[in-house]
Amino acid sequence: MHELSIAMGIVDAALEEASKRGVRVSAVHLRLGDLSGVVKDALLFSYDVACQNTALAGSRLVIEEVPVVVFCPRCRQEKTLKSLKSFTCPECGMPTMDVRRGKELEVFALEIEDDVEAQRALSESGVQP
Amino acid sequence: MNEPRMVEVRRNVLKQNDVIARALREQFRAAGVFVVSLVSSPGSGKTMFLEKTLTQLQPRYRVAALVGDLATENDAVRLARSKAPVKQITTGTLCHLEAAMVQNALQEWDLNQLDFLFIENVGNLVCPSSYDLGENLRLVLMSVTEGEDKPLKYPTIFNSADVAIVTKNELATAVEFDWQTARASIESVRPGMQIFRLSAKTGEGMEEYLDFLTQRLNEPRTVAHT
Repeated sequence: MHELSIAMGIVDAALEEASKRGVRVSAVHLRLGDLSGVVKDALLFSYDVACQNTALAGSRLVIEEVPVVVFCPRCRQEKTLKSLKSFTCPECGMPTMDVRRGKELEVFALEIEDDVEAQRALSESGVQP
Repeated sequence: MNEPRMVEVRRNVLKQNDVIARALREQFRAAGVFVVSLVSSPGSGKTMFLEKTLTQLQPRYRVAALVGDLATENDAVRLARSKAPVKQITTGTLCHLEAAMVQNALQEWDLNQLDFLFIENVGNLVCPSSYDLGENLRLVLMSVTEGEDKPLKYPTIFNSADVAIVTKNELATAVEFDWQTARASIESVRPGMQIFRLSAKTGEGMEEYLDFLTQRLNEPRTVAHT
């Protein structure tokens, strides 16, 4: 179970991006590949723990699962694997290790509360809101 | 309250580990040391296998090992019998090694004095798959006593490895190990994977595997993991 350390990595990354932009984060959007070695449910559970006592406390983790996409050398096309148990083209059955997607473990977006950012921008420019 | 707004950030969560792993790989290349990591479930015979590997390579090559373990130093004590330099990384409650731990453990060693460095990961078939350690070759071990379908149960780690080692072959008959099924399971999750079937205890099959390693040592180094 390494999801807690992964969750802490997510929180660190999100906090850093949030403080760079001076925004408050209400949700963190994550792309999670089926080949990342990370379990979604364990990660969701760990996220709440990792957020405690940080500026992200109370925020949500939204996970977009990314299926494994391989390139089939016979069909000459990208294909989505049916199962991790079989690295073969779902159309023609050709074995392939040319993995194009599915290893992602990436914070790709933050949901932020706009008003906070607006206030900060205003205060920085010296104008009182 | 205003509508929430989305900002794109695109941050790889394991970037920190990947950056260190890349630096390690470069350091290994510059020092001319070939680095092999071992992953498996607990009890697959990893330590015995590594002990024999170190002992048999040692007359001809300069070898050393790092071993990850949750709490004990038993593995390091066993491996020290090979007379090769061995260092324990005690991970505490952490179920896997990370690149930073390897970097830390290597600080006192002069890599230029080595031909092979082995890194034994914590016995676990799940967590280590996510972490690049800068190795040139990742071996995944499964013993004949674990069942032929092990690769299908843990496809991610088998897929992340370069070579499969089927261990404890001296017990194959006793446990009615079905080699064809095991091979098909490995091939299914990692097409084209090189497989060695051996017994560290009797020495059967070790020579072929050691020849493979020494051949890889002498090849120009390419990046094994991305």
